[in-house]
Amino acid sequence: MAQTTSLAENMSSSQSITLRIARYNPEHDSTKTFMEFQIQYEKWTTVLEAILDVKKHFDHSVAVRYSCRQATCGSCGMIINGKPRLACFTKISELNSNIITVEPMNNFPIIRDLAVKFERLFDTHHKVKPYLIRDDTEISTNTKEFLQSPEELEQYIQFSNCIKCGLCNSACPTMATDSSFVGPQALAQAYRYVADSRDKGKDDRLKILDDSHGIWRCHFAGSCSQVCPKGVDPAMGIQLLRGYMLGFRS
Amino acid sequence: MRESIIMKIHYGTALAAVALVAVHILMRLTQGFSESLEYDSVIANYKFLPYAGMLEIILILLSIHGFNGLRVILLELKQGKTYEKAVSYGCVVAMIALIAYGSRTIIMVNTGMT
Ligand code: HEM
Ligand code: SF4
Ligand code: FES
Repeated sequence: MAQTTSLAENMSSSQSITLRIARYNPEHDSTKTFMEFQIQYEKWTTVLEAILDVKKHFDHSVAVRYSCRQATCGSCGMIINGKPRLACFTKISELNSNIITVEPMNNFPIIRDLAVKFERLFDTHHKVKPYLIRDDTEISTNTKEFLQSPEELEQYIQFSNCIKCGLCNSACPTMATDSSFVGPQALAQAYRYVADSRDKGKDDRLKILDDSHGIWRCHFAGSCSQVCPKGVDPAMGIQLLRGYMLGFRS
Repeated sequence: MRESIIMKIHYGTALAAVALVAVHILMRLTQGFSESLEYDSVIANYKFLPYAGMLEIILILLSIHGFNGLRVILLELKQGKTYEKAVSYGCVVAMIALIAYGSRTIIMVNTGMT
């Protein structure tokens, strides 16, 4: 009984907003245009759900990438009211606005509408060797295990939360003009492995990053850390990584 | 040259410049501003070898720092093999030219060639 009452209360809390969706097809459009939709939402409705509502009821041709709907797969990054965010992790009610504008992420080539190409992010991520490098392995013998103390784990654990959503790369001002810059996502992952006590690939990775479009092209803007939905602090990772190169860390 | 070495020089020249520019400003405070810009006063400064030497070092430090900074800005603005080579060599040449021109002034005044 109590449940029925609260459900009815919640239903009556439904409000409406204007959802503005950026439309752009590089094959035949010269500029981005916006389409507007009136959407009913509840206090828990996410921006992704609103977009899927549009696809279901108004225009199924809106291109959007998503999968997990729970901030885990890193697919649904986009610019929501001017800021890079995950659409599945952003509630309409938290935006405090009657108009919600969604656009594709900056610094990524657009495939169509809200879907962008991830090749550069995957390439730069791959470039920093995002895996443990060492000659021996714990798989080959069943007696061996690479132990790590809580303090050693603490050195890198937050960086392993990265879901490769690319929001940090989208927020980075250097990424906007430097097409060869390795970017905050890959730099933070380089730190994640360099700071891992089990890893022996530090020199390899530092060499890769010590390039005219590598780590030194970060100018401390810090916008990457502002937008990360997983609490990763790429800006700090970059400075800690620089510490190795400047001789403050070993 | 490795980028980390270039950037160590970039940060090092900035730090050294802070120290030397502070001395430079303190020296200027020993007299009134308009007085310090008078012809005889300027000439006297250049003729005082330790001070002229310091000005020369500031010139070198800030030319290296400034032109490397310009190189960084230009490399981030546009990419391409030929362009990047031109930027890097262009900045080194401009840096040497500015140091040479500035040094010429300091040396000429210091040795009484004016
Ligand atoms: C003495 C005081 C100075 C200090 C402490 C200083 C420090 C710095 C630092 C730390 C950077 C690197 C910033 C980054 O990587 O984002 C930088 C960049 C730069 N500096 Fe200086 N600098 C000083 C004076 C100058 C002067 C007098 C000039 C001009 C001749 C200059 C020109 C530049 C340029 C063009 C850049 C590149 C822009 C950038 O990277 O943001 N600096 N400076
Ligand atoms: S560091 Fe954060 S913002 Fe950047 S890709 Fe990883 S999870 Fe996304
Ligand atoms: S849909 Fe997976 S992170 Fe949003």
